Amino acid sequence: MGTGTGLGRVRGLGSARHGGGHWVLHRMTAVSNLLLMLWLLFSLLRLPAYDYQTIRLWLEQPIVAVPMILLVVSVFWHFRMGLQVLIEDYVHEEGLKFASLVALTFYTFGSGALAVFAIAKIALTGTAH
Amino acid sequence: MAQNRARPISPHLSIWKWGAHMTTSIVHRITGDGMAVVGAMVLVWWLTAAATGQESYDYFLACAASPFGRFVLVGLTWAFFQHLASGLRHLVLDTGAGYELVTNRFWARLTFVFGVVATAAVWGYLLFVKG
Repeated sequence: MGTGTGLGRVRGLGSARHGGGHWVLHRMTAVSNLLLMLWLLFSLLRLPAYDYQTIRLWLEQPIVAVPMILLVVSVFWHFRMGLQVLIEDYVHEEGLKFASLVALTFYTFGSGALAVFAIAKIALTGTAH
Repeated sequence: MAQNRARPISPHLSIWKWGAHMTTSIVHRITGDGMAVVGAMVLVWWLTAAATGQESYDYFLACAASPFGRFVLVGLTWAFFQHLASGLRHLVLDTGAGYELVTNRFWARLTFVFGVVATAAVWGYLLFVKG
């Protein structure tokens, strides 16, 4: 990095040209979260009970399992971007910031994969006894 | 290039008088990041328990019905509605609308009213209508 001119000092510090995409995706997933979470909320409120059999029989229907998987993808994608911004705002030490972003990505994919696999197992194996 | 020290720079946050929009902003972040950790864990636990079997699911249900479980679920419901309201406000602000002082303060305050009323409606329905 140059030490002379103002231009020399700021070269390479500019936008990575990914900010716009992040911003738009955060809003797009906000809208899909809104639709899918309202679907989940009203579906749960309409269920007669919350016991094992009721929930299994409800979740194994394709019309429930598919929106549920979409919900996990949309919500987890959205919150990963939100937590990324949180880390970028408050963690300024480069090494710690990188480690935090790696941990965040592992957390998101790990928990998201677990959720999607659980839904798929219920939907594909039917009600267990 | 010498920098002019007298140039106005972005003032520190603490010089501003606190306003409803600032509370809405930080609460949007707290509810969102809170749900990302606590809410996601509860959702994953619920789904995994249901996929594992009766015993795991009953354990989840017992925890959810405990006083602490109820506290977490009511808190998550509030966080969801609060984040939903302030999120919708953000989508409107993104279009460049709603920055007039009175309008901005009105909608910032309304997000809190919506968050509390919607949470009370859901839990009132669950506890008193469905029993």
